[in-house]
Amino acid sequence: MKQTRLLMGMPITIEIVDPSTTNAIFDVVYDYFNYVDETFSTYKDTSEISRINRHEISLAEVSEDIQTIFALSEQTKQETGGYFNIQHNGSYDPSGVVKGWAIYNAAQILHLNGFENFYVDAGGDIQMSGCNADGENWRVGIRNPFNPEEIVKVLSVTDRGVATSGTYVRGQHIYNPLAEGQLITDILSLTVVGPDIYEADRFATAAFAMGRGGINFIESLDGFEGYMIDKEKQATFTTGFKKWVINA
Amino acid sequence: MIKNQIQPGFNLGNATKKFYISAFVVITFIAYVIHQRFTKPDSALIPASQLSTSSSQTVYKDGTYTGPQVDAYYGLVEVQVKIQQGKIANVQFLQYPNDRNTSVRINSIAMPYLEQEAIQAQSAQVNIISGATLTSEGFMMSLDAALKTAKNSS
Repeated sequence: MKQTRLLMGMPITIEIVDPSTTNAIFDVVYDYFNYVDETFSTYKDTSEISRINRHEISLAEVSEDIQTIFALSEQTKQETGGYFNIQHNGSYDPSGVVKGWAIYNAAQILHLNGFENFYVDAGGDIQMSGCNADGENWRVGIRNPFNPEEIVKVLSVTDRGVATSGTYVRGQHIYNPLAEGQLITDILSLTVVGPDIYEADRFATAAFAMGRGGINFIESLDGFEGYMIDKEKQATFTTGFKKWVINA
Repeated sequence: MIKNQIQPGFNLGNATKKFYISAFVVITFIAYVIHQRFTKPDSALIPASQLSTSSSQTVYKDGTYTGPQVDAYYGLVEVQVKIQQGKIANVQFLQYPNDRNTSVRINSIAMPYLEQEAIQAQSAQVNIISGATLTSEGFMMSLDAALKTAKNSS
């Protein structure tokens, strides 16, 4: 069974191929995403993060999940040499770490309920588990940043996370946190295959902000591979990336 | 006495040996330089800036060129560059330090030579597509604007 709903400002697709799948489990997982949105969305005035940014709640009295996200953000900031930062002009926007964390937790909910063969895809960032309907690894396409209708690479992956950070020729939305206000223009997309979607997503976001050097940062990480597409339509990839590629 | 007679001869032989060794080193070095000059004109590491703009500027001779082993401080690095139609078609590592997680910062600055390829559309069937979120920004901006309008008109 497969469902797509619009939450957190993006389509979230869940496909479960276990025979025991029911509609109820989809509701449970989407309810969780809804809770994350209600808590962490900076677009919602009533969210806890918005209330923190308006100084209505002090950092001493925030919920456990907010504390977790702040701690994870701080850890990521340190591990990426400051290229990951949820603080901008005095307010917090933890969306760069919340998304991967939420997808990871959604997959955990499915595991806890006994499901083994599924994927959770939130806006192009994916956690995979077990097999697809054909009993094989999940097949993941990397979208062409120059033409969203096309894919430029096909991967065969499971029990891992695949995240793509980037921009499309139409728009720019990732800024370099170490150079205030500077847009990333050289690199269009950076896809990371990591041990899980939380890890893949946070390092994809940080590495993308590094510009051309980002792929070397991914290269330096154990257990991660990356595929970077630049404005000359050239892809640069890490030394172990090919093991995930299906030569179609 | 015998010792004394042999000693000077031995000393002279040592000096001669030193001369031959020095000469050998110098000649080998010159031969190496000549060899490098005439057989591997493009064997030096190519700056990252040229990798990204391979379409313009320098025209290279077609072929496959192996760079020298370079001590990159954290280990030896050796790359191979393939030139097709005067442009860099591929850059590959022949040798590269293994301890990947011990030198994150150093590697991220000093290792700009990874394999490259031109992107190409694929026709194979896939289950899922990974890409930067297409709808997120537009959707959020639109929602934000709508909410602002909603606020102002109330």
